[in-house]
Amino acid sequence: MNKDKTAPAYAIRAGSLTKYYGRVRGIEQVSLTVAKGDFFGFIGPNGAGKSTTIRALLGLIRLDGGQAQIFDLDITKDRRRILERVGYLPSETAFYPGMRVRDVLKLSAGLRKKDCRESAGLLCERLQLDVSRRADELSLGNRKKTAIVCALQHEPELLILDEPTSGLDPLMQREFFEILRERSRLGTTIFLSSHVLSEVQHNCAHAAVIREGKIIAGGSVAELSRTGARRVSVRGRIALESLSGVKDLHLSPESADFLYSGDMQALLAVLAQGEVRDLSISEPELEEVFLHYYMEENSPEERGPQKGGDWK
Amino acid sequence: MTIIRHELRQGRIAFAVWTASIAFLLILCILLFPEMKEEMGAVGKMFASMGSFTAAFGMDRLNFGTLTGFYAIECGNILGLGGAFFASLLGVSALAKEERNRTAEFLLTHPVSRARVAAEKLAAVLIQIAAMNLILLGLSLFSVKLIGEEIPWREILLMHGAYTLLQLELAGICFGISAFGRRGGAGIGLGLAAVLYFLNLIANMTKRAAFLKYLTPFGYCEGADLIADGRLSAGPAAAGILFGCIGIAAAFWLYCRKDMH
Repeated sequence: MNKDKTAPAYAIRAGSLTKYYGRVRGIEQVSLTVAKGDFFGFIGPNGAGKSTTIRALLGLIRLDGGQAQIFDLDITKDRRRILERVGYLPSETAFYPGMRVRDVLKLSAGLRKKDCRESAGLLCERLQLDVSRRADELSLGNRKKTAIVCALQHEPELLILDEPTSGLDPLMQREFFEILRERSRLGTTIFLSSHVLSEVQHNCAHAAVIREGKIIAGGSVAELSRTGARRVSVRGRIALESLSGVKDLHLSPESADFLYSGDMQALLAVLAQGEVRDLSISEPELEEVFLHYYMEENSPEERGPQKGGDWK
Repeated sequence: MTIIRHELRQGRIAFAVWTASIAFLLILCILLFPEMKEEMGAVGKMFASMGSFTAAFGMDRLNFGTLTGFYAIECGNILGLGGAFFASLLGVSALAKEERNRTAEFLLTHPVSRARVAAEKLAAVLIQIAAMNLILLGLSLFSVKLIGEEIPWREILLMHGAYTLLQLELAGICFGISAFGRRGGAGIGLGLAAVLYFLNLIANMTKRAAFLKYLTPFGYCEGADLIADGRLSAGPAAAGILFGCIGIAAAFWLYCRKDMH
């Protein structure tokens, strides 16, 4: 990690980023800061504005409002200098026809005027990527691996990852996150955009939640998860009608499963009056917290079956 | 230089196919000339009696029985149309293919300015056009020698030079179209080249449409004019250079500002 006291404390600082595609909303007033060395999660359902924010930060699209700096460099004026220090993994990867994986990696390194053969070799070995394969005939997973090596081989100071694990099998996902954690320990800032909340929960220190183009929550992942709500699973018969603060209720004659954010004494009283054969009270997953609290609280008009938006 | 090398590598098959095709037809035509020369009495009368059709192709002002006349009409059309199609395709796909093939995100998230991307892509287009024309010129001269004719250096160099300028103009215009994005496909490039070719035929048929010579690059490539005047027609050539430059300037202006999809 850079110990220079004059170095910027923030890898990313964005203020009031706004982008419309014609009349269609892209993002509105998006502000966020990512500290240097942070492992930052950017969470939101599909179409929320995650990719638009990233594309704006990378200078692929022009903003209608707002400004942003990466390593204290302006994203419009200093785009080339910023990109020298950034590795980007797009959500969908496409390569030039007729090229082999090794040619793609060589092209990427050539565009950066760097010799990345050693680093690329190590990454390919860990990700089990065959560099002799034709890039346009690769499976989704192998295309993703190629893009990962392109993003990482020049050892950037900031990694921007847009839905990085789509297409990777669980073993490769584990290896990929292991590589990211290693890079994070070495001081690389990681900006992970994902709709898979468990990825963010297990890897990120901080996160921001975007929905319908607006940031609706942000902070440390631990704080974001701390709602006071509990996942309650009961085997037996209980009467929940008198309880307030019940969400995501799955009820059958012999069991009940729900999120509970009401008074704990009231819950205990209801349980005591019922016929409880087994009971489990646990902290909910971050995904449940977002789906049933952040999302609902910020758009009450949309409560119903599609509570959290399209997260898949 | 990385993008130039990459573009040349990506385009090498298309370059080889187009160059080989045009070269094959060009050489075939030149090799047929000795036979045509012997039958020229009858053929010349036939061509001279076809009215507007004769004028459209400039055959009313050229002697089909001479190598320069034959070359201007037969080889000129092959070189003109073939070269125009190839140059248009190169230009119209240069920038647009990145968005169409969804590789723009890959390319433009590397530390290369958009102006540099456009400049290197343009350079790759120009290199391919120059290389194709040099190869075709060399093969033409070789073929003329092969049939035992004296090389009419001035006329041949003038015609090849004019067609190279035509290709550069079309490539420049199509490069501008290419910056508009994914929809700038091959059809637009080929269509534009074909329309400009037919505009010149119309301009040859009637003096009332002579102004079209300023719109179409085929106007300053007219073999009959080149051989008669011994030089390029300055006005239409200048207009052509201007159109090409406008296309290139528009490409740079737009490509450096547009949202990339």
